[in-house]
Amino acid sequence: MAVEAKMIDIIVEQLSVDKEKVVPGASFVDDLGADSLDLVELIMAMEEEFDVEIPDEEAEKIATVQNAIDFVAKIQ
Amino acid sequence: MSLEGKVALITGGSRGIGRAVCTQLASLGVLVGVNYVSNPAAAEQTLEQVKTVGGQGFTCQFNVADTEAVQKNIKAIIDQYGSIDILVNNAGITRDGLMARMKESHWDDVLDTNLKGAFNCSKAAMRPMMKKKWGRIINISSVIGFLGNGGQVNYGAAKAGLVGFTKSMARELAGRNITVNCVAPGYIVTDMTEELDQEVQDAIKMQIPLGRLGSPEDVAASVAFFVSPGGDYLTGQTLHVNGGMYMGN
Repeated sequence: MAVEAKMIDIIVEQLSVDKEKVVPGASFVDDLGADSLDLVELIMAMEEEFDVEIPDEEAEKIATVQNAIDFVAKIQ
Repeated sequence: MSLEGKVALITGGSRGIGRAVCTQLASLGVLVGVNYVSNPAAAEQTLEQVKTVGGQGFTCQFNVADTEAVQKNIKAIIDQYGSIDILVNNAGITRDGLMARMKESHWDDVLDTNLKGAFNCSKAAMRPMMKKKWGRIINISSVIGFLGNGGQVNYGAAKAGLVGFTKSMARELAGRNITVNCVAPGYIVTDMTEELDQEVQDAIKMQIPLGRLGSPEDVAASVAFFVSPGGDYLTGQTLHVNGGMYMGN
């Protein structure tokens, strides 16, 4: 749960979107208006916040809020 | 002045063009970081000049070619001053020699400092700019990158490389209101050109329509142009400051 709450905060901060919009099924690009640079910033923020390294091939698979939460939960 | 409160880092700011850029930006109200690699006394002199125009600054020692040192020092600057809003990638060296006899290490040294150094510093400094949605990056290229010069295949390659680097980065960062531009000086009176023989200097002047070598201040004024509000709509551009010796684009 802690991971989920933290993840949502990061997304709100990085993408400047309303918290209500950050639902598990939301796609960063289609629903939250992220561009490629936003995605890179998001991944870098995740790396910093959770003190992990996310390789590019893993980062590419992170397309939705749920993907991001699952990824961090898995590697932590 | 709209540049009041902005923080700049000028690599190779202790001498020559870098020093003039520091002074010019400081006079516009920018807090200037004077980077140097080996000459603290020169960096302090730059800082003195900055103060004489009523500006403020600080010095910071690191080698732009040393990726780890760049990351560590730029992070420290950002932590202390909040961000770097303006980055001037000016640090440059020469290791001249005809290609047939050029050592691999001389190629590597010039590429590492003049081209990779700009990559290192830009990468380390860009995140706060992206967050603030404002940033100005100016890369100091050279007329040699456009005309070529016997004895400088390394320098010419690095300086031409900066132009492609500038254009690509300009496209990547435009969406964040970060502009990336080049200033390409011709022959400027600095320690680098003072090493040249008088005959060589005279021969150079023959190729310059304005009939003189440029001053570091001539170059600094162009950097200031890209940074000031009048330059807001320019990105990916190269401004040639060379007395007319090269007019193409």
